[in-house]
Formats: sequence, C-alpha cells, structure tokens
Amino acid sequence: MTELITVVLLFVGTLFTLLAAIGILRMPDVFMRMQVATKAATLGVACVALAAATHFGDLATIARSLLIVLFLYLTAPVAAHTIGRAAYVAGAKLWEGTIIDELRGRHRKGPQPPSSLATNDTTAAEDRQSRTDRGEQRQVDLS
Amino acid sequence: MIETLRRLSLLDVTLPVVLALLAFGILLAVVRLLRGPTLPDRVVAIDLIATQAVAMLASSAIAFNEPALLQPALVLTLIAFVGTVAFARYVAKRASS
Repeated sequence: MTELITVVLLFVGTLFTLLAAIGILRMPDVFMRMQVATKAATLGVACVALAAATHFGDLATIARSLLIVLFLYLTAPVAAHTIGRAAYVAGAKLWEGTIIDELRGRHRKGPQPPSSLATNDTTAAEDRQSRTDRGEQRQVDLS
Repeated sequence: MIETLRRLSLLDVTLPVVLALLAFGILLAVVRLLRGPTLPDRVVAIDLIATQAVAMLASSAIAFNEPALLQPALVLTLIAFVGTVAFARYVAKRASS
C-alpha cells in the first residue's frame, strides 16, 4: 500500500515537473514561462518530496520532506514575482496576443505594447471595461 | 528471467522511468537556458533547473534508499531562491541605470 502511494506520488510529481519543462520551452514570452515554471514545477517537486516521506516513513525524513515543501511554497511565488517584475521593468517583450497590460505606462522602460493592445491612450482598466460593456469576446489565435 | 521479473517490485520498475523523465525535463530547461533570448528567460530557466534538481535528489533518495540525500535538496531550494532574487535585482538595477 505504501509502495503504491509512493509510486503514484512519484509519477504525478514527475509529470508536473516535465510539463513545466515543456512549458518553459514552448511558451511565447518571459511572463508565461515564469508562471508555468513556478506553478507546475512547485507542485511536482512537492509530490516527489511527499513520495520520499511516504517511502521512508520515519519522523526525520518526513520532517525534512515537509520542510522542503514548506520552503518551496514560501520561496517560489516570491522568486517568480521578483523576476517577473524585473523583466517588466527591463522592458521584456510581451506576447502579440496579450490582452491586458495593467502596468502599461507606469514604468519608464516598460515593454512596447504589442499590436493586440489598443494603441490609443485608454488605460488597461478602461479598455477592459469597454470591452465587457460591448460584450466583446477576444479570439486568440494559439497556433 | 521470469523469476527475476517477479522479484522486481513496482518501485524498481518506476524509479528508472521517473529519473529518466526528470533528466529529460532538465534537458528541455537547458535548451531554454541556451536559447535565451533575454537574461530574464535564462534566470527563469536556471530557477526551473534548480527546482528539477530538487525533484531529482528526492527521487534519488528513494532510488538509492538514502534519506540523507534530502538534505542537499533542502539546501538547494533555498540557494535557488536567493540566486533568483539576486539575479532579479541585477536585472532591475541594470534597467534603471
């Protein structure tokens, strides 16, 4: 039974970690790469660490595994946020399909708005509001 | 042959597969690390590689029946965080100067 739980947790963890790796290779801009690498990989590593905890089953190992999960869950969002903000401030290119850029115009060297964003001077919030008023659904070409 | 197969447990079959998939994932992240195109992309790739190394260490701990391998995994989590934040500060500072 313990073995079965360990194997399932290992497989789920590996799958999520692999998905994060595929995502970081395939995603079109820094921000999407950052979020896929953080969320999927964090969940994957947490599963693998819990697999180690169930496999060994003694107090010291369980404590260490839980500590890995705790530190990972504390640090991963902070790290992702800082690198995402730094990339934005440095003017990283946004994907052409980006719909909302709420920080537009707040940073001196922010990214150039891609063609999908409205080129007039409405702010992102107004832009979104008018779109919802018109009931407009934006079609995004994912190819 | 059949006898040796029967003596293999479920875990013995899974662990090589799991380690191979994790190694393949690290390879994909290395491709992103080399391709860039900007510094933040590479920092994200390094962060992911460190996270995957933690997963690899934890599954190696099971594979080699060595719970001590969880300690480097714990340290690596924290070092990866400090490294990413330091790189992020560098990127932001370089942009503002």
